Amino acid sequence: MVTAGKRNWLPISKPTRPTGKERQQTMIESLFFYVLSGVLVLSALMVISAQNPVHAVLFLILAFFNAAGLFVLLGAEFLAMILVIVYVGAVAVLFLFVVMMLDINFAELRRGMGRYLPLSGLVGTVMLVEFFWIFSKWTSDTAAVAPHMRHAPLEVSNTHALGQVLYTHYAYIFQLSGLILLVAMIGAITLTLRHRPNVRRQEVSRQVDRHPKDVLRVEKINSGEGVS
Amino acid sequence: MIPPVFVAPSLAVAFPLIFLAGMSLMLLLLGVARKTEDFKSVNNLAIFSLLAVAIVVARFSDERMEGLNGLFVSDPFAILMQIMVLVGAAVALSMTPRYVERERLMRIEYPILVMLSTLGMMVMITSNDLMTLYLGIELQSLPLYVLAAMQRDTVKSTEAGLKYFILGALSSGMLLYGCSLLYGYAGTTNYTALQLALTAEAGMAPGVVVGMVLLMIGIAFKLAAAPFHMWVPDVYEGAPTSVTAFFALVPKIAALALMIRLLSGPFENMVDQWRQVIIILSVLSMAVGAIAAIAQTNIKRLLAYSSIGHVGFALLGLAADNAEGARAVIVYAMFYMVMTAGAFAIVLMMKRKDRMVEQIADLAGLARSQPLVAAAMTIIMFSMAGIPPLAGFFSKLFVFQAIIDAQLYALAVFGVIASVVSAYYYLRVIKVMYFDDPADEALDRSNDPALTGVLTISVAVLLFFIILPTSVLTWAREAAAALAQ
Amino acid sequence: MAPQELLLNYLPIVVFLVIATGLACVMVLASFIAAKQKPDAEKLSAYECGFEPFGDARSKFDVRFYLVSILFIIFDLEIAFLFPWAVTLGSIGLYGFWSMMVFLGVLTIGFIYEWRKGALDWE
Repeated sequence: MVTAGKRNWLPISKPTRPTGKERQQTMIESLFFYVLSGVLVLSALMVISAQNPVHAVLFLILAFFNAAGLFVLLGAEFLAMILVIVYVGAVAVLFLFVVMMLDINFAELRRGMGRYLPLSGLVGTVMLVEFFWIFSKWTSDTAAVAPHMRHAPLEVSNTHALGQVLYTHYAYIFQLSGLILLVAMIGAITLTLRHRPNVRRQEVSRQVDRHPKDVLRVEKINSGEGVS
Repeated sequence: MIPPVFVAPSLAVAFPLIFLAGMSLMLLLLGVARKTEDFKSVNNLAIFSLLAVAIVVARFSDERMEGLNGLFVSDPFAILMQIMVLVGAAVALSMTPRYVERERLMRIEYPILVMLSTLGMMVMITSNDLMTLYLGIELQSLPLYVLAAMQRDTVKSTEAGLKYFILGALSSGMLLYGCSLLYGYAGTTNYTALQLALTAEAGMAPGVVVGMVLLMIGIAFKLAAAPFHMWVPDVYEGAPTSVTAFFALVPKIAALALMIRLLSGPFENMVDQWRQVIIILSVLSMAVGAIAAIAQTNIKRLLAYSSIGHVGFALLGLAADNAEGARAVIVYAMFYMVMTAGAFAIVLMMKRKDRMVEQIADLAGLARSQPLVAAAMTIIMFSMAGIPPLAGFFSKLFVFQAIIDAQLYALAVFGVIASVVSAYYYLRVIKVMYFDDPADEALDRSNDPALTGVLTISVAVLLFFIILPTSVLTWAREAAAALAQ
Repeated sequence: MAPQELLLNYLPIVVFLVIATGLACVMVLASFIAAKQKPDAEKLSAYECGFEPFGDARSKFDVRFYLVSILFIIFDLEIAFLFPWAVTLGSIGLYGFWSMMVFLGVLTIGFIYEWRKGALDWE
């Protein structure tokens, strides 16, 4: 690969020489990085290979947690929290809900796997090789990258940095995502909502409207006579 | 790229988008305002707003304008493509009411989802940033998945929705991976900045090449170009026919516009890399379109394969990488829409004893029972096969001219062969209509003026294009020229 | 805040995780080592109120549950967008304020739609 004068290898180490304490900190940081990404990759592998689909979803949750840890290492706290709240808190629970309650024979579903394994394995291997190739020869346009690609703005928190551009510079994109959420809402209702006839519904207004006078009758009952 | 100080952008450039979004929200409220849903008025209002937006877009100035902090761009190319998409969506909606009435699909969500999807396509066409591109694609496809599965009590429709959704999600994943590789290289997602960063040299970096190819694959899925076409026949067959008409007419135009925009913008200097991909997509699509369609017995599946073939021909024009080529693609897309609208008008007319039928064999004897419809179908099929002097011939001719100019002779020869092979199954439809004995009763006569109207206009355009070709061609040329700037 | 300092903020979580994992492991291991184990088929079978379990624990169930949870996720995401907005409201000006209002307006229209549609009723 010929690298032109204007492009360089992406610098891996920091430009200034780190002091002893800093070096120790970076080491701890990379230790955490390897632990988190190692567990992430392993649990991702388990998601697709676990026999029991419930276990697969639990591994997915583990993977989400580790990815959140990686985001924290990058300084992207907000994304880490979103990953935990939205993905673990809502999406994964919904997944769990679906696989636990769906009446599907998973052993049956897996039967076809042997047939597809060679082809999918081939595609997977090709992708893997490509990615190794990309990252072994990774270059980036330093002229373009330098001003924009920062670790994360250091002077403010990540949430703050996001907020400062999301609602102003990227307001258009923000509104589009609002519309996408709207479509999801319409879609979910269109596909799943059914009104069944002959079901007695709760009518709140009627309940509230009801007055004791209309439905209650106070009767004086003499002993031994009963109610007529 | 983040400017240091935020200056509120002018919203005037986004007026058509805001208007369409506002109209769909209003119709949503209007639709549920009363206890009984009024499908017809919502549908009519949806058609009206789509056409109104088309007029607004048409009045836009011809200058290239970037707006909304560089996330949006408008130029003659975007204007033309947006008008095509909007008119196509309006035509598709105008063909629906009778069909959905019969199939009990009269739900106000239908036109609203079509509107929102069209909005997504407009966002795609006017995108000037990878982020806008992605959100546009999602806004476009999410309603399509729902529409495909709308007939939720039939297995085929739900299957179509699910297949479309899963493959759509896969393609989105590839697209995003591509985008992130490009961002990793250039540090920006803006098209203009990308164009500067992605020089011919940059095209040698593996990350950039893989990123670009993944991005193209993502779009090829939406475009239904082979080998990313597996969902098309099943989705076309399973989805309700009026929805299929919308699928065939519109989303492809938006995806094609996006492909052209990317290849002539950010990837302008990487021709050597993307041309190979486009040639593979094009050749495979033409081959699949020509060969796989032969064995089909269902007319919706036949049209699905035929659309794959047409996409192959359109991409052929892109492979030429010259102004001629871009113009040829635009013209091709236009006539593809006209032919498809006509063909689906006929498919929507096909019913026997008030039930929809969709086998090719059901067309047998149509020439005797409804000679005019049979004649219209003949013209459309001839035009799809590319027989002169119909419009379909010219759109193919321009494509071939462009690639011969680019000296891609082998490709031109292959295109001609594919077009001859595909003529076989178009002619078979005609043969069935004219020479086969009907096995059952004749098809019912259509009494839907909207379908008749669409069919008449479509056939008229195909027949009389030869008389007045210049205005269409100039329009396409101006749009293509705008890309080169 | 420097990235290192930021990470130091997360030290308690790490300590917590280490202790929690350690404790869980110790408990499992201790009971494994210390307790008597004489498994047999009856002891290991699932306990269902004293009789033999019948049928699968999985059964098809009403799609309305999914509808409710999907609507929940949508509003959950909407709320997630509010956090950065709330933090930066002082510096993003009126434009930022109104951009959130429009976003909320769109989803409120969706909310009205689903209310009128009866998606929030339980029949």
